[in-house]
Amino acid sequence: MIGIEHYLVISSILFVMGVLGIFLNRKNVIIILMAIELILLAVNINLVAFSAFLGDMVGQVFAMFVLTVAAGEAAIGLAILVIYFRGRGTIAVDDINRMKG
Amino acid sequence: MIQIFTFYLFAVLVIASGAFTILARNPVHSVLWLILAFFNAAGLMVLAGAEFIAMLLVIVYVGAVAVLFLFVVMMLDIDFAELRAGFAKNLPLGVLLALVFLAELVFGIGAYKAGGLALSDTAINAPRQDASNIQAVGELLYTKYIFLFESAGIILLVAMVGAIVLTNRKRSGVRPQIVSRQVARRPEDATYNTQPAIGQGVEL
Repeated sequence: MIGIEHYLVISSILFVMGVLGIFLNRKNVIIILMAIELILLAVNINLVAFSAFLGDMVGQVFAMFVLTVAAGEAAIGLAILVIYFRGRGTIAVDDINRMKG
Repeated sequence: MIQIFTFYLFAVLVIASGAFTILARNPVHSVLWLILAFFNAAGLMVLAGAEFIAMLLVIVYVGAVAVLFLFVVMMLDIDFAELRAGFAKNLPLGVLLALVFLAELVFGIGAYKAGGLALSDTAINAPRQDASNIQAVGELLYTKYIFLFESAGIILLVAMVGAIVLTNRKRSGVRPQIVSRQVARRPEDATYNTQPAIGQGVEL
């Protein structure tokens, strides 16, 4: 029998994997953005699972809003990445220190 | 029985493709693994009875976000081997932190399974039994959460305008087509008659 715990375990493993991805690929902004997408996917699975488990539709509505924000975040992040690469010729995170002051 | 088998299939695949997303050497492979992860997560959501979100996930993530990632990865000319230099150095700390996170989450799930904290046990927005999933979502989205829905649209608009403003640039030294000038050009402005003397030629 598949219960809510199964879904929660999967989403937490996926979430931790996203966090681990940020730690492991600290230099590559593209992989960091993908890891953030993984984290948001885990959040969405969590919301949908609780929505189905509790019989409350609001979880799915909020999952849609999370999806919206994730799409906007990816678009803006990649646009910043493109102009950064245009100016500097690299996307290494360590080199992003021009605004350090 | 088939549900359980399908659930474990999707679950194993989503976790495996998530792992390959963060471990792949080539970012293009990372994006492809990410697409597989999204597909399997959509499958999990279909199993839970949330078809609308699952289809949205496939359309928005696989159709738009992942393709955007692919575009950017392939457009930028980057030495990815150099970017992976710190991978081995970050591995122990990263795995340690991941294990701490996972332990906390497992504790949380265990506590939830043991009964959790009963904050409220009434479902406020229970779906109607006779309505399909998309109808139930729509009935909430267009009535109770209409302002949130519209602000989601504004967020997308701002993101779109922001991305265009950020990446758009005026390039000098190019010769674009100016249609109004082409249309306004008349024959008498562009040509003239001369009568050169014999053997003199025309000065251009």
